[in-house]
Amino acid sequence: MSVYLKNRFRDQIAVMFGREPRKPVAISEPAQKIHVLKRATNKERLQAAIVAHQDRKSVHTWRNRRWTVLLVVNLFFTLSFWLDIQILEGALTASRFIGFHLIDLNSALQVMLAHKHIIVNLVIGTGTVLVLWLILGGRSFCSWVCPYHLLAEWAENIHLWLVKKKLVTDQAIDRRLRTLSWIVFALLALATGYTVFEAISPTGILSRALIYGPGLALLWVLALLVFEVFFSRRAWCRYACPIGLTYGVVGIFSPVRIKYTLDNCFHEGDCRKVCLVPHVLDTVIKGRAVDTEVPIGPDCTRCGLCVDTCPTGSLKFEVKGLSKLL
Amino acid sequence: MSEKEMPDDGVNPAVPPAPTSPDAAAASGVDITNGSSAPAARPPPSRERLQQARRRVLRTILLTGGVMGAALSGYLPLVYAQKKRLRPPGALDEKDFLSSCIKCGQCVQVCPVQAIKLADLVDGFGVGTPYIDAREQACDFSCDAVQCILACPTGSLVYKKPAFLGVRKGAKLAAAPILKAKEKDAEPTLNLSERIGVARLTRPEACLAIQGKGFKGQVRGAAFKGRLRYMDVNRWKPIRVAEHPYDIAECDLCVRECPVKGAISIETVFAPDGSKRKSPVVHEPCVGCGVCEMICPVEPTCIVVEAREVWNT
Repeated sequence: MSVYLKNRFRDQIAVMFGREPRKPVAISEPAQKIHVLKRATNKERLQAAIVAHQDRKSVHTWRNRRWTVLLVVNLFFTLSFWLDIQILEGALTASRFIGFHLIDLNSALQVMLAHKHIIVNLVIGTGTVLVLWLILGGRSFCSWVCPYHLLAEWAENIHLWLVKKKLVTDQAIDRRLRTLSWIVFALLALATGYTVFEAISPTGILSRALIYGPGLALLWVLALLVFEVFFSRRAWCRYACPIGLTYGVVGIFSPVRIKYTLDNCFHEGDCRKVCLVPHVLDTVIKGRAVDTEVPIGPDCTRCGLCVDTCPTGSLKFEVKGLSKLL
Repeated sequence: MSEKEMPDDGVNPAVPPAPTSPDAAAASGVDITNGSSAPAARPPPSRERLQQARRRVLRTILLTGGVMGAALSGYLPLVYAQKKRLRPPGALDEKDFLSSCIKCGQCVQVCPVQAIKLADLVDGFGVGTPYIDAREQACDFSCDAVQCILACPTGSLVYKKPAFLGVRKGAKLAAAPILKAKEKDAEPTLNLSERIGVARLTRPEACLAIQGKGFKGQVRGAAFKGRLRYMDVNRWKPIRVAEHPYDIAECDLCVRECPVKGAISIETVFAPDGSKRKSPVVHEPCVGCGVCEMICPVEPTCIVVEAREVWNT
């Protein structure tokens, strides 16, 4: 990894914790050349190409794959219980897949802090999930598994429609709030001895509702969705959810990620418009890329919306090390 | 187009980092015409921008307050709890139980009679935690092995408490309970060291046994969904109580169907007027499973399990 990417790697960790992205201090020689060449491009031809891109049919390849995986995983829990086939028992907070313990990292953390006693099964389950999401991309848990993410995506579409109609505006909130909420909920668990966050976690509530039937707790989920539709776009996932941060930290070390290629990019910015976490895509802004190829940071949920949207193929899924092997 | 894409609230406009090359400075998009790399003087933030920042702080406080308020409102049901929940067998003491339960419902999934339910929002921090509504469906130990304990991934339900957790006086069972259904097996006991409650005759005046009455027909009516394991029907398949009508000269249902040996019996007692009466009497081996509460044919039930109650000699 070049020194430029190393700097960016560190920078993106800080960005995940809530710092705003900054302009790069140093840019590699080849990347600078591309930046210069791009500025020299004929403006009219560039504009014509961008207009041509706008006529492009919308692609939903990754979104459809992701929604399928998300629904299959969640309904598998439900079916396993209903049909009593005992393959995947439990809920998203903790489960057993053909006997193997799987325990959600954030739920496990809450229980460990509140109960202050760790049993072997808890360690095994947490370890398995840690390794699993280390391999699969950290926050990919959010976009590929979390049931709230799917509902929030649908709510987001309503929100964006309302924004287009100028009926609502997206009210941005300080992203440092998520780090604060992570710390506060950890401290609350430690101090009160109750898993306070688990009581309001929409992921847990929805997962249980899908498996064991709906309850009043869904009202809280509904309240969050209403807030997101009328007030602040994707507010829970962006600014509040400690689960996202927990998996984000796992994602720091994960080989699965989105890779940005500077050369092809027209800097149209469509990717940033669809992104849940646009601060990870600051590198696509004209003149920002520190190298010719830049991996996207750990806060990225690997949802693939940018990959679908990008008309030039500048954003692609990548498994670090695998391309070298093949 | 990309210039419009700049996050207006994202980048701190007051601090342009010193660019390494004129290209980077020019390409950074702030001012294309100005190719000089000299650090720009800090422009004072505009009034509009300050107002925007102020609003954002207010919104952040609003969301923080909302989320924290919702989270901490979970305390209220604990403070105002009218009724204690009967937890599944092997449950830790309530405080420890609530701190260790990960709310996954694996105990719900393994229970052969579906005695375990998950609590809803009204339970505050207890939302998603398992409990038993014994009157609707008691734990009859049909599984023989206390499967819910086996399923629990976090040790909220345990066969034996870890050393650092204290045992309340009277909660510990004097001996491993003998399961009547397993009495003839090589290992007749249930792996359970603490009770989850104690049965108590709360309405003796309505008790059929005390009145010397019998019972004929379906206990709890035809619509009742509760199930019970009847050894004379099928040891491995609990059936609906409604499918097992009774015809008893003197009611002893709570004793007859109690799954634990020696937990309850019909004894001769003296009424205040000196007359002899038959009455169900609960003994020390009672684990608090609640079968007596479910099977009592009187409405409302005469005998209930007092959740988390201990044995007082």
